Amino acid sequence: MSFSVIYALLFYFATGLLVIGLGRKIVQYAKTPAPLKIPTTPAPTTKAGVVLRMAKEVVFFYSLFRSNKWIWVFGWMFHMALFLVLARHLRYFTEPVWWWVDLIQPFGKYAALAMIAGLLGLWARRIVVDRVRYISAPSDHLMLALLLGIGISGTLMSFVTHTDIVAVKAFFLGLMRFDIQPLPSDPILLIHLGLVAVLMIVFPFSKLLHVPGVFFSPTRNQVDNPREQRHLAPWAAELEAGSQQNTNS
Amino acid sequence: MADFETPKLKDYIEIPKVQEGVMAHSRPFESKEQFQVALGYPGELVDNWEEKAIEKMGDLLGKYRSFRVFLDSCVKCGACTDKCHYYLGTSDAKNMPVARQDLLRKVYRRYFTFAGKYFPKLVGAVDLTKEVLDEWYSYFHQCSQCRRCSVFCPYGIDTAEISMAAREIMDSVGLGQKYCNEIIMKAQTIGNNLGLPEPALADTLADLEEEVEDDTGVPVKYPLDQKGAEILMVTPSADFFAEPHIDGLIGYGKVFHEAGVSWTLSSKASEAANFGMFIGSYENMRKLALRIREAALELGVKRIVFGECGHAWRVAYSFLNTLAGPFDFLDPRYPVPQHICEFTWELIKEGKLRLNKEENDHMRLTFHDSCNVARASRMGDKPGGQFEIPRNIIKATCNHYFDMPIDTIHDATYCCGGGGGLLTDDLIELRVKGALPRMTALKQVVDEHGVTNMAAICAICKSQFTKVLPYYDFGMDMIVSVHQLVSNAIVLKGSIQEKELDGVEDEEETAAEATE
Ligand code: SF4
Ligand code: SF4
Repeated sequence: MSFSVIYALLFYFATGLLVIGLGRKIVQYAKTPAPLKIPTTPAPTTKAGVVLRMAKEVVFFYSLFRSNKWIWVFGWMFHMALFLVLARHLRYFTEPVWWWVDLIQPFGKYAALAMIAGLLGLWARRIVVDRVRYISAPSDHLMLALLLGIGISGTLMSFVTHTDIVAVKAFFLGLMRFDIQPLPSDPILLIHLGLVAVLMIVFPFSKLLHVPGVFFSPTRNQVDNPREQRHLAPWAAELEAGSQQNTNS
Repeated sequence: MADFETPKLKDYIEIPKVQEGVMAHSRPFESKEQFQVALGYPGELVDNWEEKAIEKMGDLLGKYRSFRVFLDSCVKCGACTDKCHYYLGTSDAKNMPVARQDLLRKVYRRYFTFAGKYFPKLVGAVDLTKEVLDEWYSYFHQCSQCRRCSVFCPYGIDTAEISMAAREIMDSVGLGQKYCNEIIMKAQTIGNNLGLPEPALADTLADLEEEVEDDTGVPVKYPLDQKGAEILMVTPSADFFAEPHIDGLIGYGKVFHEAGVSWTLSSKASEAANFGMFIGSYENMRKLALRIREAALELGVKRIVFGECGHAWRVAYSFLNTLAGPFDFLDPRYPVPQHICEFTWELIKEGKLRLNKEENDHMRLTFHDSCNVARASRMGDKPGGQFEIPRNIIKATCNHYFDMPIDTIHDATYCCGGGGGLLTDDLIELRVKGALPRMTALKQVVDEHGVTNMAAICAICKSQFTKVLPYYDFGMDMIVSVHQLVSNAIVLKGSIQEKELDGVEDEEETAAEATE
């Protein structure tokens, strides 16, 4: 089998796992009731307020900002850069390329450097700060290594050893039509794509679950209105019905 | 017992170097069979405890979204590692919030996740062994469920939720904590945590009436089980006898008297605190909450007001409607329940209380935000009212008020060190060390502003500070109740104090005319 076929199968597998794995987790989170009102207060008293609170968390990492400026700098830089880089990569999956993807193209390229800097900063803290070192498992270091590997291999292709990007695009457009096109066999490209596939595969089984998790966190997404509205989980309602029957009989 | 060193107070709060196992010896007394059984748990550790514990964990994972999401979402960023007062006070690694969570998370991963089942070493997953259970017992009783870590975590991960779940799992296999479980049993059978029966309460209240009348010349009533009263007052039982709590209770009575509303305490619901929360037991928490509903129905009251108690207010404000609602039989014009501070502040705003601040001039005050009021509830109709309203009351009753440093108050407040079911003498070392950040902040305002007293609105905080202040060379009576300040300052109509201020009765009119 050629590289192209192996990588095509790998990406189908990784995408399938990512979508199904993440989908299952999201369904699980959504289905698990939150029986008590536990927003960390002061909390918004309206739904719109909660949307704003959540936006502040997701876009600016507000709590982290209050908490620790170093982690915030590195973490925020990494995430925002990653976001730009991902957006830039849309050009390999769209034809014609959307106008705004074209617009951010130059920023996206340099964002990769910021991403690497952020990751290095986070890793340095993991090693240097005794408290963070204590709480780190091997998987925490590996995750950073994986992301750095992706970032560095990608940056090399942007700035040092260019690959046949037209062919790469043809390969991915082909994948989306279930038509396998040849993939250039540059080692850096194969490493880059291989690591991305690994990341997609481990996503639903790792701490990357913080991505859906943050939206489901009851301390952040609940409206502070327990006196105004009675909040009752289905299992708690059952418990209530059960105990009422007992006292009646 | 006291073979430990009280930490030295520095000028500011210092983040200690990580040390392993220095608090591993800290374990509260285990519960006894009679308390366990009364709460619906096995009397002692069951034979197949490992299997049962995992089963219970699975049950909780299905019932509590917080538990499930928090166990999955932590990225080990370390932002919470220096936020826990127990870590700051003890430097024990496992008192860092994320490390505390990990004690349970590593077992969760082993039994409930793909990575932990097949690559345990990689993700730090372990089997549930006796050693792990012992560690749980020790370190989940070194968490006061204060939620400070949750404020600073980018995902809002609340270690309190994890330690509640851990305690519920341990209880369900027969490993309970004596202090909490004995108290819950007492509250469920007698009506309050201290086990004070109705006659003892009636005696205390009669004494109070006498004392207040001697003091003021006004017959202020402290009614018990009075049917048809408008307000049911639910207050922590420490208010009935402990200092400075009781001075707060005296204050509530004076406020109600001056407001001209009828009110009553209840012997059945003579406890505001709900320790069911500490052990993470919805069922036990609900049983306790239902006593309040029953008392309100039996007495035919129109409103429910809660006294000064932090955890009580969390359960009351955030959970009461869920656990024991709906309260459609009460007067819909008022929130259910109300906090005494909300009640008093309304009156002050309307100008219905006459307050003589000079009565508190012997004190220079600061205010300790109690964790559960600050981070798990609200007062008034705006977010943050829980910070403003008590301070407004203090400022309305005292001339000298100073806040502690901003990163130690409001929602960043430090726990007193005795919350969450840890207010027991078998944990005194933990309590003293856990108070370090608060004591440091207090020292700052003592040095800078000559603060002499710290006010609080929580029974646990008051008891804890009374006990630990002397360890840090502060006076135990430095801690006061907010309604004690109200009680001191309030000038009741027709009281001796009113006459002293306004001169004798017939001079009053001339005085009034003169000022016009
Ligand atoms: S702040 Fe939150 S995500 Fe970061 S280590 Fe602590 S619990 Fe985990
Ligand atoms: S809830 Fe409070 S006591 Fe518990 S780990 Fe968090 S900060 Fe520490």
